[in-house]
Amino acid sequence: MKISLTLNGAPRELDSAPLVRLLDALRGPLGLTGTKEGCGEGECGSCTVLLDGDPVNACLVPIGQCEGRAITTVEGLGEMAHLSPLQRCFIDEGGAQCGICTPGMLISAEALLRRVPDPDEPTIREALAGNLCRCTGYQRIVESVRRAAELLREGAAR
Amino acid sequence: MVHGSPVEIPRPSVGVSVPRVDGAAKVTGEALYVDDLPKRDGELHGATVRSPVARGVLRGVRLDPAFNWSDVTIVQAADIAVNTVALIVDDQPILAATHVNHVYEPVVLLACADKAKLARAVRAVTLDIEPLPPVFDMEQSLAKVEIIAGEDNVQKRYLITKGRADVKVEPGAVNGESATAIDAAIAACDVVVTGRYFAHHQEQMYIEPQGVVAWWDTDGAHATGSIQCPFYVHKAFTKAFLLDADRIHITQAVTGGGFGGKEEYPSIIALHAALLAQKSGAPVRMIYDRKEDIEATTKRHPCICEITSGCDRDGTLRALSIRMIMDGGAYVTLTPVVLSRGTLHAAGAYRWDDVRIESIAVATNTPPNGAFRGFGAPQTIWAIERHLDAVAKKLGRDPIDLKEQNVLREGDVTSTGQVLRSSVAGAECLEKAVLASDYRAKRARGPVVSGRTARGIGAAVFMHGAGFTGSGERYLKGKVAVDLLAGGRLGIRTASTDIGQGTETVFRQIAADAAGIAVDAVDFAVPSTTTCPDSGPTVASRTVMVVGSIVENAAKQLSARVRAEVEAHGGTFGEATDRLIAREGPITSLLQYAPPSFITWDDTTYKGDAYPCYGWACDVAEVEVDLDTFEVTVVDFWSATDVGKAINPVMCKGQIEGGSLQAIGWAVSEEITWRDGHITNPRMTNYIIPTSLDAPRFQTILVEAPFAMGPGGGAKGIGELPMDGGAPAIAAAVEHAVGVAMGSLPLTPERILAAKQASERTSA
Repeated sequence: MKISLTLNGAPRELDSAPLVRLLDALRGPLGLTGTKEGCGEGECGSCTVLLDGDPVNACLVPIGQCEGRAITTVEGLGEMAHLSPLQRCFIDEGGAQCGICTPGMLISAEALLRRVPDPDEPTIREALAGNLCRCTGYQRIVESVRRAAELLREGAAR
Repeated sequence: MVHGSPVEIPRPSVGVSVPRVDGAAKVTGEALYVDDLPKRDGELHGATVRSPVARGVLRGVRLDPAFNWSDVTIVQAADIAVNTVALIVDDQPILAATHVNHVYEPVVLLACADKAKLARAVRAVTLDIEPLPPVFDMEQSLAKVEIIAGEDNVQKRYLITKGRADVKVEPGAVNGESATAIDAAIAACDVVVTGRYFAHHQEQMYIEPQGVVAWWDTDGAHATGSIQCPFYVHKAFTKAFLLDADRIHITQAVTGGGFGGKEEYPSIIALHAALLAQKSGAPVRMIYDRKEDIEATTKRHPCICEITSGCDRDGTLRALSIRMIMDGGAYVTLTPVVLSRGTLHAAGAYRWDDVRIESIAVATNTPPNGAFRGFGAPQTIWAIERHLDAVAKKLGRDPIDLKEQNVLREGDVTSTGQVLRSSVAGAECLEKAVLASDYRAKRARGPVVSGRTARGIGAAVFMHGAGFTGSGERYLKGKVAVDLLAGGRLGIRTASTDIGQGTETVFRQIAADAAGIAVDAVDFAVPSTTTCPDSGPTVASRTVMVVGSIVENAAKQLSARVRAEVEAHGGTFGEATDRLIAREGPITSLLQYAPPSFITWDDTTYKGDAYPCYGWACDVAEVEVDLDTFEVTVVDFWSATDVGKAINPVMCKGQIEGGSLQAIGWAVSEEITWRDGHITNPRMTNYIIPTSLDAPRFQTILVEAPFAMGPGGGAKGIGELPMDGGAPAIAAAVEHAVGVAMGSLPLTPERILAAKQASERTSA
């Protein structure tokens, strides 16, 4: 079937069987490999993307359900030369190590900060609980999100 | 709002938390992991048909005649030039030929362009296997209930003797004069304690599953993928394909975690992909899904330690006897080296006059166990720490006092006879962790019971040898090349991989400071066996300390030449470099590691300097135990860790926190469960690694007791140390909270309840 959607702010069309996983559509025909597959069953959160602003596991969403909807992937957060505050803080505060969970982690954090500009630590941990990381022990990730929230609030105040 | 602008990095950069150089690519999704690599022309997907039987004779392979095999490539054992995975012992076939020795053993390889058809093809293969009785239990293997490997199921033995037990070298002896002597030494002590301790399997659970893309062309064989040690794969290809070294090209893709799991295993998946590529004539991509990855790849070795010790009434430790068994699984892989490290750490971070440690690794019909962060040491440190807690209990003292009294200090002698000359920081770490956690006051207060939870606190003191054991580095001859580049830049070429721990960034810092240039004037080449020298594997907490020191020396050497040119003919560093290159052509410093000259080690007697130096640490865990369910929650975690010199403090703390959380998972929630040699929980859903809600707040204190030969002013290894202390610290905290002394991991509610009921029965 023909599917029209908005991907990282731009209109896109693709022809796909409706039950193809959103994850495979993104990594294949849509050409965005930033979204990762860690388990394929909704446990690890590496494939988290925003669907109309809500974080979802792209391995559990059929592309047929994405008609007319807006999807944000890690590629939509910022570019190498123009990193978002969240991306910058993940680098500076040690939130990314091997980096494989990072795209999904960033997306969950982005969803949180859009909703809650000043999250406390338990709120951050709760928001990231669906994203597994095996490298960091999570502390530097929590720190990265907290610092990014500060930067965003400072930016908004200016 | 521009946040992408480069951060000003001060000089010198060592000791500064320089942002991760590969960070921008990772946070934007641009970093290419193996499954992100663009599809090559004509590429096929590869899959593996595996044994459903734990042990048996392979009678045949049947391909369903109703299935259309015309576009499927099939590889079996007979297709392979030399059917052996090259590692330590040549016992593991690349594909089973006559026998299978564990469930999930690879038997047939298939490749097809259509992934869905490939999955159907796997189901259209039937393996005709005549079952033989399997052995799953390591003690039954040792008792030889069935002979499943070699003459006696034994993969490796070691014996360490010291003091009065050092009466006779008796490799391979189960009993002998040294056993009699250590028994007598222990019997003469005031206080004798005996215990049995068990440590279980652990899955590495890197979030990126194993994967490789392989292809052949006029240059020979190529493989690129998620690989910790490219030269291991290179060696495996040399053997299996009978190829000259320069016909093999192994390159690391960005790697999504390893923790040892991608040390030796990638040789197998790379061989499989390359065999399919060779036969089909097309590139082959082989990526495991999570279930296959958990089922087929290596795990941490289970280990049983039986410990008897003797001490004076005042707590001075005197004599120690340990008999330990490790479960190597069906094939040897790295087991001899894992057993070695486990054995060398079994006496803990303490002084003993008389020591006898006898260790044995045996085969079982389970998937081969292999490298996992800590490499045998977490298992034996678990045992000795739990044992000292039991000794302290018998003496009526707090464990930390007993540990403080006996912890190795400068000038003390280890169980292998190594005199600890410098960089010894166990006591300092202990003091700092105890102070930061308010351990003594919390212990004195006793467990805090509130509602249905009891809170307790516990500690572990430990050390971890940095670098290869004994003479290892002498055999390895690790090499690094540093190129002098136009404009006064340096280019590092090394086989040491960055798998998340930060090698790329830290090596740049070391080289930049050694040459007196900026960090961003140093490049780091993608590790490849074609373009980089063999620096030795990325393992054993050796990368920064050993390979980093080669980087430092090579950078110093090049910088000295440039500065001499500046001195002689003027100009800037960059201008002088350009003149040198114009005059002499390409300039490279290719250096080989020179192990410290003071190191002496005897591989036959297991005596001498087991490691050039040790990292030291003290972990303190505070837990809450649910008094109804016995669920354990780690609520706070302090770690004082001696790293020699923290080259990059943020990354260094990241290693300590991440390693500690893996230890916490191993202790309380991670457990591989088995039925007839099958793993019953091969998913992230039921093999439970900690989430952000399960992780405590880490309070990490960096201690710096520099190692004179370490780079950047004394850096030591940090990769493995944080895996060692979490489990015993948590068990001690559980004991403090609910009075149950757990000797077996993991500390699941069922096990704690069973142990509590057993102890109540004993006391009743």
